[in-house]
Amino acid sequence: MTSPHTYQAQAIVIKQTKIGEADKVVTLYTLEFGKLKAVAKGACRPGSKLGGNVEPPNYCLVMLAKGRNLDIITQSQTIDGFLKVKGDLWCISCSSYILELVDAFTTEGSPNQPLFELLLDTLKNLSLSDGDETVLRYFELHLLQHLGYRPQLRRCVVCNSPLKPGVNFFSPDQGGALCSGCNHGEFTSHPISIDALKVLRLWQDCDYPTASRVKMSSKLSSELRLLMQEYITYLLQREVKSMAWLEELKTGFGVGSDCGVN
Amino acid sequence: MSFFAEPIANLIKEFSKLPGIGPKSAQRLVYYLLRNSNEEAKALAEAILELKEKIRLCSICFNITDCDPCVICQDKERDHSKICVVEKPSDVLPLERTGKYQGMYHVLHGAINPSQGIVPEQLRINELLSRLQDGLVSEVILATNPNMEGETTALYLYRILEPLGIHITRLARGLPFGGELEYADDVTLAQALESRREF
Repeated sequence: MTSPHTYQAQAIVIKQTKIGEADKVVTLYTLEFGKLKAVAKGACRPGSKLGGNVEPPNYCLVMLAKGRNLDIITQSQTIDGFLKVKGDLWCISCSSYILELVDAFTTEGSPNQPLFELLLDTLKNLSLSDGDETVLRYFELHLLQHLGYRPQLRRCVVCNSPLKPGVNFFSPDQGGALCSGCNHGEFTSHPISIDALKVLRLWQDCDYPTASRVKMSSKLSSELRLLMQEYITYLLQREVKSMAWLEELKTGFGVGSDCGVN
Repeated sequence: MSFFAEPIANLIKEFSKLPGIGPKSAQRLVYYLLRNSNEEAKALAEAILELKEKIRLCSICFNITDCDPCVICQDKERDHSKICVVEKPSDVLPLERTGKYQGMYHVLHGAINPSQGIVPEQLRINELLSRLQDGLVSEVILATNPNMEGETTALYLYRILEPLGIHITRLARGLPFGGELEYADDVTLAQALESRREF
């Protein structure tokens, strides 16, 4: 039996590139098929039925037709357009960072349901967040977890002994924490505070509402940001471009200020 | 080894670099030019050279022009207290065609796209700020594209222009003429509802 010519998918639009006069190549992260690229014909025209429905970071139901190279989006219905995200400079920039991470870490044709759900929940949480960065850190940590890069934060990655309160280190190339006895300088590592370890351990295993209740000093928040940034850069072997923009917004406007009290 | 004489191969190679032109189309264009008169070929070559020699950016609005300042910036009849900010030079033309706008323009030459590394420093935003220093401008119209990059740019511009106390407006968004309600996306429809007007 031949496969059907058309198929449906629940998708989050992660990127779009203009091709030709009025067409777009849209990168979707779908529940059923993972990441896929498809053509939205005529999407740049003002009267297009697709145009507004295939804008990042929309969550939509798409109908696709098999094409010779890329499949073609024949219909798209927006389920959630994340209006609040699109109307706020910090939130829209955070969504750009989140989508860039998903695009960079995933390959086409590898469905990952937990990752799809994480992405969808994160975009919803972003609409509700008041500019704190917990939503980003929680997303990064769980994205890595769903892709098999969960950092080991309870035991030393070298000697496997439980980490003691005091001076410990985080090594991106070893994928976790090192105890002071194993940090001899042969691995790239940086000191990690016990508070940062505790917060990350909690976030690894809790849901987002619990994670968002954690109150942090700005010092701890920036320690976590730098640590995750370094780990992600090591895994991707390149900088995430949107991260620099988020930094610029924070320094320029003070938006997305560190969560918190203290 | 090329089957074409060298001048033909060279021109095919050059035409193939143009957007949307493949080797076959390039061959067709070359053979068309060969069949044509020398005068027509010369006129085409001169038009291309003239384009590169004469076209530059207007030092005020950064639109492409053959005279500096451009025709729009020189026009005393136009309203110099309004500036419409657009992403690309090609965005000026459709706005002009409406015949409804008599103000000035400012072309940013791009839109903020963090994931592509395009940040405000690469756009003509500082030049826009300089234009607003003299206090003669009373309204800035943000006419960036209604997509993620355009929204980010408009929100960023709003942030930096708001403290200057200038009236900042955006192009209205709503249903396109000839469109159908049932196919409209919810962002467009929500904005169409928000900006509804008295009949």
